[in-house]
Amino acid sequence: MDSGKYQLNNLLFDLEYKMKNKIIILSSFLLFWILIYLNLNALTDFLVYSIIGLEKDTHLTNAIWFFIYEVPKVLLLLVLVVFAVGIIRSYFSPERTRKILGGKSLFTGNVLASSLGVVTPFCSCSAIPLFLGFVQSGVPLGVTFSFLIAAPMINEVALVMLFGLFGWQTALLYAATGLLIAIIAGYVIGRLNLERFVEGWVYETKAKQVEFIEEKIPFEERIELGITAVKEIVAKVWIYIVIGIAVGAGIHGYVPENFMASLMGKSAWWSVPLSVLIGIPMYSNAAGIIPIVQALLEKGASLGTVLAFMMSVIGLSLPETIILKKVLKIQLIGIFIGVVGVGIIIVGYLFNFIFA
Amino acid sequence: MVSVKVLGTGCKKCQNLENKVRELVASNNINATVEKVTDIQEMINYGIMMTPGLIINEKVKSFGIIPKDDQIINWLKEN
Repeated sequence: MDSGKYQLNNLLFDLEYKMKNKIIILSSFLLFWILIYLNLNALTDFLVYSIIGLEKDTHLTNAIWFFIYEVPKVLLLLVLVVFAVGIIRSYFSPERTRKILGGKSLFTGNVLASSLGVVTPFCSCSAIPLFLGFVQSGVPLGVTFSFLIAAPMINEVALVMLFGLFGWQTALLYAATGLLIAIIAGYVIGRLNLERFVEGWVYETKAKQVEFIEEKIPFEERIELGITAVKEIVAKVWIYIVIGIAVGAGIHGYVPENFMASLMGKSAWWSVPLSVLIGIPMYSNAAGIIPIVQALLEKGASLGTVLAFMMSVIGLSLPETIILKKVLKIQLIGIFIGVVGVGIIIVGYLFNFIFA
Repeated sequence: MVSVKVLGTGCKKCQNLENKVRELVASNNINATVEKVTDIQEMINYGIMMTPGLIINEKVKSFGIIPKDDQIINWLKEN
């Protein structure tokens, strides 16, 4: 009896010790993060001019400075944001989202689905199970599409890249318009009553309503989930970030000012639809494409065109859409790409018009 | 006899969980059958949309994550 109590005490002590340790590690990490982030500019200057000893204001120096400054900045932001998002996402699951969306009316459902699409964990490999799970448990088709549009388009990696390279205004703009497109496109698809273009077998089965025992996850475990998310995502995208920023740095240093004005400038009316068209088959993740696009913007491309291009690349990717062929007939895939594409084109023109 | 099903398509996490479960069953001498389920419709029937899913004696134990070793052992032994 006594020894049992002793063991329990020991265990509690051990737990408390581990917890304290973790808090110390996390807070020293955060301190280190802030220190580097705030001094990145000075550190880069020191490295480029004092240690490597490059001459100021040459093309090569500009490109190297850009690279040395942007890569750690974006990676730092990425680690912090992915960690935070990992913790937030531990409060959401597709199963819970489905429960919330079941039986919602069309418009309310579209708004909810789009917003939940941002915070619910999602990867393209789970698009099919998600689609089946939603539709078979009675979530309307249009509402399901709102989710499927918002989830990949407004993702944490894209937002970090936009924030790091363009500033918070553009990141916010992107998120807001992306959300709007997801809501409206899903609503339109819902109103068109396209259920006949869903493969027949999908509706033949009804999903069993399984009651999940919603276990309370202790916060400590959520922190661990955040760390796991950082490991997984950073391992996957860091190489694209480095390559993307390297190409961006090259453009930044060597491509002449206003080079892109005639191609992607706002005076060229066809630039928006063309960017969207080029963007659809491009399957680049946000990490690689955004640094390049940012450099193009600097060389005279217009914001609306650039935004439309990014949304098309990230939100409308052909390979991901083709996965849906298993559950959707080709007509519906066409309508899906069409509706979202038109939405993106409108956004592109709108921003070219506003920032004229 | 404990029946264990690991639900998952080809993703890396799913393979990791399957391997882990098999290892734990073997190293703890648990009398269990481990089965990998790749059929999406069957996953939906368990109400799972996020892989990998872990089903023990037809009960959903976890989804979307790889649970900790001792947690899995506890689930295996409580049956």
